[in-house]
Order: sequence, then structure tokens, then C-alpha cells
Amino acid sequence: MAEPLFTPEEQKKFDAGIAEIISHYPPDRKSAGMLPALRLLQDLKGWLPPEGLRLVAKKLEVTPERAMEVASFYVMYHLKKPGKYVIDVCTNLSCSLWGAEKMLAYLEEKLGLKAGEANEKFTLRETECLASCGTAPCLQINEDHHESLTKAKLDAILAKLS
Amino acid sequence: MASTAKAIEPIISAAWGKPQSWTLDSYRKRGGYEALKRALEMQPAAIIDEVKKSNLRGRGGAGFPTGLKWSFVPKDSPKPKYLAVNGDESEPGTFKDRYILSDDPHMMLEGIAIASYALGVHTCYVYLRGEFKFQAERTQAAIDEAYKAGIFGKTLLGKDFELNCYVVRGAGAYICGEETALLESLEGKKGWPRLKPPFPAVVGLFGCPTVVNNVETLASVPAVFQKGADAYAKLGTDKSGGTRLVCLSGSVNRPGVYEVSMFTTLSELIYDDQYGRGLPAGRKVKAVIPGGSSAPVLGADELDVAMEFEALKVKQTMAGSGGVIVMDDATCMVRSLWRVARFYAEESCGQCTPCREGTPWQTRLLRKIEEGRGEPGDIDMLSNVASSIAPYPPIGLGNTICALGDAAALPTHSFLMRYRDEFEAHIREHRCPFGDKPWGSFGDWS
Repeated sequence: MAEPLFTPEEQKKFDAGIAEIISHYPPDRKSAGMLPALRLLQDLKGWLPPEGLRLVAKKLEVTPERAMEVASFYVMYHLKKPGKYVIDVCTNLSCSLWGAEKMLAYLEEKLGLKAGEANEKFTLRETECLASCGTAPCLQINEDHHESLTKAKLDAILAKLS
Repeated sequence: MASTAKAIEPIISAAWGKPQSWTLDSYRKRGGYEALKRALEMQPAAIIDEVKKSNLRGRGGAGFPTGLKWSFVPKDSPKPKYLAVNGDESEPGTFKDRYILSDDPHMMLEGIAIASYALGVHTCYVYLRGEFKFQAERTQAAIDEAYKAGIFGKTLLGKDFELNCYVVRGAGAYICGEETALLESLEGKKGWPRLKPPFPAVVGLFGCPTVVNNVETLASVPAVFQKGADAYAKLGTDKSGGTRLVCLSGSVNRPGVYEVSMFTTLSELIYDDQYGRGLPAGRKVKAVIPGGSSAPVLGADELDVAMEFEALKVKQTMAGSGGVIVMDDATCMVRSLWRVARFYAEESCGQCTPCREGTPWQTRLLRKIEEGRGEPGDIDMLSNVASSIAPYPPIGLGNTICALGDAAALPTHSFLMRYRDEFEAHIREHRCPFGDKPWGSFGDWS
């Protein structure tokens, strides 16, 4: 028999979370909770496993295809299991003027990954604007934002990632 | 240069950086929610008139008069009405809402309460870009405080008016900042913009009348009722009341968000001691994008212009969402445009063919030119591709459902118009005349 998607603890969190999400919308508009429901699933599992997508669709009373359509449109949802740390480096204009391209090259060398690649520990991505142009260059690791980065600061941040 | 720009009394940014500025206690000590009390003594129609009189214009990009937008909501609709707060701040160069949400969320919540009461809205959704985890938590904490204090919930500050407010995080799609794409996303769908009309004020969220306002716009509302509409209007120009936040980034000594008078010029913002403090020694301004990456670029000789909607329109550009990006004389304009073009190619939702096909085409041509592989016909091709997405000028008459197409084409048109010689030099010399140098020469990454 396939392993269950959730541990009992996760199942409790998922059910409570879905109930809370649905309560924010009109009763006939459960499907509006799709984005927060996908985030809830991803927070619990680290990504969106297919059986989880089917479960979200069932809870929100839509087809699994609809859940997949939404999940694949937005870049923050992981349809494949990412590395433990997802690093999103902003390389848009303001950040690039403050060295973001070089910061990305430094990271690529240090992690042994090209932008767009992943290993078990890291997923490295080039991203488009993190709305932090005044504190460039910046990046996000999972959901934590880091700004005004220097080499020393970045090295210190990376050193803390086990 | 010493400070010559007229200092203003900040309204929106007054508490930023101060201890616990995000708490209800701090906000109340500064007179928070007094404006709501005043508004609740008025009739809803009078509140809308007051906002009209204040000349407050939307701070999200389009600059549409806020009171007028509110007045479009039908009063006799049997359907529920909604307020959607646009906090999907994602345009390169724009980063002001981040600070409102993290440092003074109650100011926005008070604006939400006033707007909701005026419009007869009982449910408000605060849509924040997915990457704003910290800001979402701060906003949620402020909402929780407001519920606990009886500001939100079954009664609105003691008045018999139910108001519920929910934070919704997006998931990394710039297009969801477009108001109808935002509504689609709020409905749990992919962010595909809708055809307009009908406009959201009439057919919006769940098919019901909906007002979509930017975070800064709503954060500006309490001041209208604290100061009075006339006094608020007088802070600005004839057509644009109040102060505004501008975001300064790129090649300046002190990037940041500054609250300025509508009369402040771009030149003052860049050089004045209160703001950007100029460029590093030996550097000169080459170009400035005045209103987020979609705004047509201005040259160094055009900076004596007030950062206000009408004045920038005269210069055939726009104040947009207040994102000023400065490029110095060592910056390659081809590479700059390539960076900007990539953004629109990545963020096109794919619904309209000119945008879906045109934005990556622009990006490929720019990369080719920047890498020294450009051919003589490429500049005209680039211009043609941009024209197919949105002709130039006028602004806002593109061939796509939403303005993302315009936003992707306008930078191309304006860069080619002002800096064509740089594009030609790349093709003639089969290389980038600026080399790798300008990229990373700020900060310690050189």
C-alpha cells in the first residue's frame, strides 16, 4: 500500500487550514481558496505532490486539472521536489546595477550549480524583481528575504545553512 | 549639492523606522483611527465627495482619481461589494508598499475601513505578492489587533457595520498586479487579465462590484480626513493632491524610498542631500526611468521636471508607481533594456499573442545585440516587434487585453528613440562597447 500523504499531525494541520481558508469566501466560492490551499500544502510537504493536488481539488470542489492549471501558472509553487533551500536571486536592472549579475555568478561557482539547476540541498534560480530595489542586491532563501548583500554577508548567510 | 528641495512634513512615512511603529498602540498614540471616527460621522456619499475634493490619485501606476473610482460603484446593486487591496508590488524600480506594510500597516487598515464604510463593503481582501512573507505576517498581526480592538469585525469602531479583512498571498506572478488579473487570482485562478469593460467597479470579484486600490492609495486616505480635503489637496498640484512616495534606485549614493512633494523634481531627488545625494565621484547621470520599468526613459537633460502625473505626461513618460531608476554614464543601455525586456517576457501571462510572442522576441534580439552578434536589420526588427505589441505613441493603446503589452513595448520604443547610437555601436563593433564593467561596479561586487 502506498504511504499516506500526511502524517496524522500534518493531516490535522491541513484539515484545519483548509477549513479556515474556505471560511474567508462565500459558501459557493470555495474554489477561491486555491492559492492559499496550495501554499498550505506546500508548507506541509515542501512541494506539491500530485496526490496532494488532487486532494486540494477535492476539498475545493474543482477538477484536479484546475488545481494543476493554477499550480503551474505561478512560479512559487514547486511541482517537483526542490532542494532544501530555494535561492531566488533578483537580477533585474536596479539589482544588476549594484552587482546582482556578479553575485549570481559567485553563487553559481560556490554552489556548483547554474541558475535553474538544483541538487538535494539547493535550488538556484534567477528571479525577476523582489521589490527591494533600494537595498540591492537582494535574494530570497526559501521565504526569507536578504538585502544590501555583500560577499561577506552572503558568505555568512550561506554558512548558516546546514 | 546642499539641500535646496523644499522639505515636507511626511504623512505616510512619518513613523517608519521608529520602535514598534507597526503596532496599534503606536498608531493610536500618533492619532491613528481618529480619521475613521471623523469619517463615520459622515454619510457615505459625503466621504466619497471628500476624497474627490482631496485630489487623491491612485498610487499604483495609472494615477486615476480615487474618489471618482469610488463613485463608479453602483449604490443600488443587490450584490455584495468588495474591496481588493493591490499589494502585488512587482514592477522593477518600485518598492514602497513593502515599507507601508512592514512599518505602518494600520495606516492602510484605517484607509481600508474608511473606504469600506463609504462603499458599503463588508469584505476586504488584501492581496500581497507571494514573496512578501514578512509583510504578510505584519499585516495579519495588525488585522488581528484591529479585530481585537473592535475596529474590524461585527462592528466598525462601535458602529453597526460589519467589516472583515483577509490577507491573501499571491504566488509569484507580476501580472496579478493588473487589477482584473488580481481579481482572477483572488478567485483562485491563474492571473489572466479580463477584457474591460465591464470595469471591476461594476463587475469585479465574484461578479460583484469591486474597488481595487493600491496599498499607498489607501494609506493616504486617513490624512484626507485628518487634515481635511482642502488642506490635503493644497499639499499637491491642481490635479494631484497630497504627497507621494518615490522609490529611488540604481546609480545613486543613497537609494531608498522618500516621501516628497509633488513639486519635487527628478533632479532634486537624485542630487539633494535629503534624498539620493548624487552619484559616486566621476559618474554622471545618463538616463532615468521615472516611474517603474515600464515608463519611457528620460535623458540627463530632462531631469528638471516635477515628479507628478501631469508634468511627466508632458515629457511623454509617466509617474507610474513612483519607481525612479538612475543609470550612470558607464551603463550600457542595450544591456539595461535587455534586463527590462526579460522581465516582461518572463511575466507575460501568455493570453494575447502579441505579448506572448513579442516579449521573448524582443529579449532574444536584445541579447543578440548585447553579445555582439547583432546584424544591421536587428534594430528595425526590434522596433517592429515592439510596435506589434504596442505602437508608440500614444501610451495605453496597445494590441493586448491589458497594459503589460504596453509596459513591455514602451521601454523599447523610448530606449531606441534616445539611445539608438548605442545599439548601432554594438552592431558595428560586434561587441558591447561597455564591456562587463558597469555590471556590479556598485557595492562590493566589482
